[in-house]
Amino acid sequence: MSTVVSLMPRDRSPNVEALRRDQSRERLLLFSLCSPGLLIVLFLLFLPIGWLFFFSFVDGAGNPTFEHYRRIWTEGAYVQIFAVTFQVSVLVTGICVLLGYPLAYCLSQVSSRWSGILMLGVLVPFWTSLLVRTYAWLVLLQRRGLVNSMLIDLGIIDQPLRLVHNLTGTVIGMVHIMLPFLVLPLYASMRSIDMTYLRAAANLGASPIRAFWQIYFPLSLPGLVAGLVLTFILCLGFYITPAVLGGGRVQMIAQRIEASVHLYPTWGPASALGVVLLLLTVAVLLASHWLIGAWRRRIG
Amino acid sequence: MERDKAGVPAGKALPVTIRHLAKHYGVVKALDDVSLSIAPGEFVTLLGPSGSGKTTLLMTIAGFARPNAGSIMVGETEVVRLPPHKRDIGMVFQNYALFPHMTVGQNIAYPLRLRRIPRPEIDRRVERVLELVQLGGYGSRRVDELSGGQRQRVALARAIVFEPRILLMDEPLSALDKQLRERMQIEIRRLHDQLGTTTIAVTHDQREALTMSDRVAVLHQGCLMQFAEPRRLYERPANRFVAEFIGESSFLPVTVEGGAARYCGQVLTLAEPAREARRHLLLLRPEKLVFLNGTADPSVENRFVGRVVDAVFQGESVLLTVVLAGGDEILARLPNRQLDRGGVPAAGSEIHLGLSAEDALLIPGED
Amino acid sequence: MENHVTHRQRLWLYGLTGLVLFYLVVPTFIVIPMSFSDSRSLMFPPRALSWRWYEEFFTKPQWQDALVVSLKVSFFTTLLATPIGTAAAYGLHLGRFAFGGLIYGSLIASLMVPVILIAIGTFFLFAQLDMVNTIPALVLADTLLAVPFVLVTVAAGLKGYDMNQEQAARSLGASRLKAFLTVTLPQIRRSVLAGAFFAFIIAFDEVVIALFLSGGDGATLTKVMFSSLRDEVDPTIAAISTMLVFVTTVPPLLAHLFGRRRRQN
Repeated sequence: MSTVVSLMPRDRSPNVEALRRDQSRERLLLFSLCSPGLLIVLFLLFLPIGWLFFFSFVDGAGNPTFEHYRRIWTEGAYVQIFAVTFQVSVLVTGICVLLGYPLAYCLSQVSSRWSGILMLGVLVPFWTSLLVRTYAWLVLLQRRGLVNSMLIDLGIIDQPLRLVHNLTGTVIGMVHIMLPFLVLPLYASMRSIDMTYLRAAANLGASPIRAFWQIYFPLSLPGLVAGLVLTFILCLGFYITPAVLGGGRVQMIAQRIEASVHLYPTWGPASALGVVLLLLTVAVLLASHWLIGAWRRRIG
Repeated sequence: MERDKAGVPAGKALPVTIRHLAKHYGVVKALDDVSLSIAPGEFVTLLGPSGSGKTTLLMTIAGFARPNAGSIMVGETEVVRLPPHKRDIGMVFQNYALFPHMTVGQNIAYPLRLRRIPRPEIDRRVERVLELVQLGGYGSRRVDELSGGQRQRVALARAIVFEPRILLMDEPLSALDKQLRERMQIEIRRLHDQLGTTTIAVTHDQREALTMSDRVAVLHQGCLMQFAEPRRLYERPANRFVAEFIGESSFLPVTVEGGAARYCGQVLTLAEPAREARRHLLLLRPEKLVFLNGTADPSVENRFVGRVVDAVFQGESVLLTVVLAGGDEILARLPNRQLDRGGVPAAGSEIHLGLSAEDALLIPGED
Repeated sequence: MENHVTHRQRLWLYGLTGLVLFYLVVPTFIVIPMSFSDSRSLMFPPRALSWRWYEEFFTKPQWQDALVVSLKVSFFTTLLATPIGTAAAYGLHLGRFAFGGLIYGSLIASLMVPVILIAIGTFFLFAQLDMVNTIPALVLADTLLAVPFVLVTVAAGLKGYDMNQEQAARSLGASRLKAFLTVTLPQIRRSVLAGAFFAFIIAFDEVVIALFLSGGDGATLTKVMFSSLRDEVDPTIAAISTMLVFVTTVPPLLAHLFGRRRRQN
């Protein structure tokens, strides 16, 4: 509804098309900023994994087959590997939750000066190389290492314990690696919990324990689940620490994949295992996503 | 007329012609076929409530929003398809957008350095424009050392130092407190008069618009409602929205038949004869109504009788809410000296109000 | 802050926290005294002290060649991942694409996929291209891992940045690129540098991919270290670990402390 009439002879400017093209060109320019990253992901991630996916269904001669998957499903060795992987992942994740939840809680409750200092205790190991930490545990846990020496000196044991090159050592080492992955997201979510809820509960007569379980813990669940899922997924596909601290006695999926690449003449077995690992990872992610969504809906 | 080097010589000010500008986001029309012709050196304000399209219009002129159709000419140049940095337009942003990692002087020198002006000339111009905004000697200060008002002046300085063809301002005074705002209104107007650059400002504050501008464009839901001098917008609003947005107003439904305008059967004497046979509204500015206490004043052609509903003493005047015979409620603002010795009319009392013909204006009603 | 629970009631919590932090921190630093041990055994505390493992590292070709490979790979990965990640963060921030979420998800996908899969995938790819055990192959694979870190870091930095300044710069006559380089980049440089640092560390520390893609003369430092850990532990690793601990913890610590100091001012 324009109340000013143009006095110029040329009334309508026919540039609608031109302006639309300018708009498209600009969007293309901004998209092209993302394209190098996308190309790398396409060629180095999606393409190779797609290829492997393909190879998991193909045998040595190039014919389609379910042989590789069948073997995984039936052969005892593979069942053992999956069992061990799950055992270790659940164990490690569980211990991380038991140790990490109180730690994150404490960090979120103390003054900001203290939390800054204490947080360094989580961050410094997090920043340190994986190999360095694995090596450190190797040193600490072996027969004449620090842990055994101390235990013997304190008179708690007579003989040195076998703490390394087995499941125990693997779990100890993996918990050490995974703990920050659980603590950091959990801490972040705890920090955003409003403490007035708890004070209100105390006001209404709830004991600290009750208030904690009924109010605080549910509010901390999203962060806990995020950290838990991250930890579990990392454990599923973990290679380095079990390989070093397990001493060959702890065979997890990742190690089997590596072995399959060198053992077999085709890509079949390794890729089939890889696909299974990927599907497990995706399944866990989806389950957690759904769980958090359902929880959010319940909270309303 | 003698002009400073930092000013624009009289012949250099450019007109801005906007034709049929349209912009939509999905089904929402941010700009609906807007056309404006701005004269060289004019100070125009785009006024309207939020969502009216005034900021979108300014951003389109600046080049940060792309319209779906239309043309924007600055002088002889079509700029609508040019990127912002080629339009040679100075802009002052609402939050000033000064560069915190540079000093005041470096901020102002920035556009000059981009134009590869030699260093000594840059220094000279920067100092000159700082004097112009009364911040002489502030060149080496850092941005975070400045107050809000000072930052605003630096933003202004930066926008004019390179002698842009036109100057744009996006709610330049909204972040300032009342006292500072009124002072800056005068400052900006003074600066404009000195520089002579065509200026387009955006504001939602009608008082600000009326104070600073040569002409005001009132926008509502993407449409241009009226584009005129402040006085004309007030005295002769083109439609209900403008009448309501600027100043206080009441409306009475009026029918026009056979060349005569009637309110509830009563024939009205108008400033301009009614033309179209359609629904109209009679605009009543509260302060134009005259208090008649029984005397028939011949200079007041239109009389209304009503009952006082509410009377609020507001210092120099009294604001009355009156219900007329037809059931319509109107506002009347009567200066103290117009009232009886009896003071403020009591609620429920009968009151006679007059409106002279030249103040009686019809505006189009809804269909 | 007034609390509903006293410090005394929380003693058990503080105790447990202390133990867990002890568990976390001690192994990180245990390598330092180990690196000065004179003997080959992994005995702790070491009986005699010497510099021999540091000498070993800086003289033996197996370590030095590996170090050079690792440094080259990390350097080029940083050079590649930082612009790619920064550009992507910037493009996503400005573009507001319909598929923005999808693009973002794809760019950080490599964070969620187990490294072993990326390792065999890239091994397969480069085997086809006959590029196994080359620096470019390692650089590309590590870039894949590093880009998400740069992206997330720079995106966070952009969130706190006022885009109006770029618009102001453009209104003053700067093209998009010039406005970015002269106004935006100086202000997000801390995020970009942090991202670059992450990229370097990720490439340098990377083990699993290096196991597949490097070997022999072209082996990375991490590969040589891993082989030693699995077979016969070479105490030189203690010396390398000590140096690594310093390199990876001191810069972030300094940045952390500087950040605190600046915020206090």
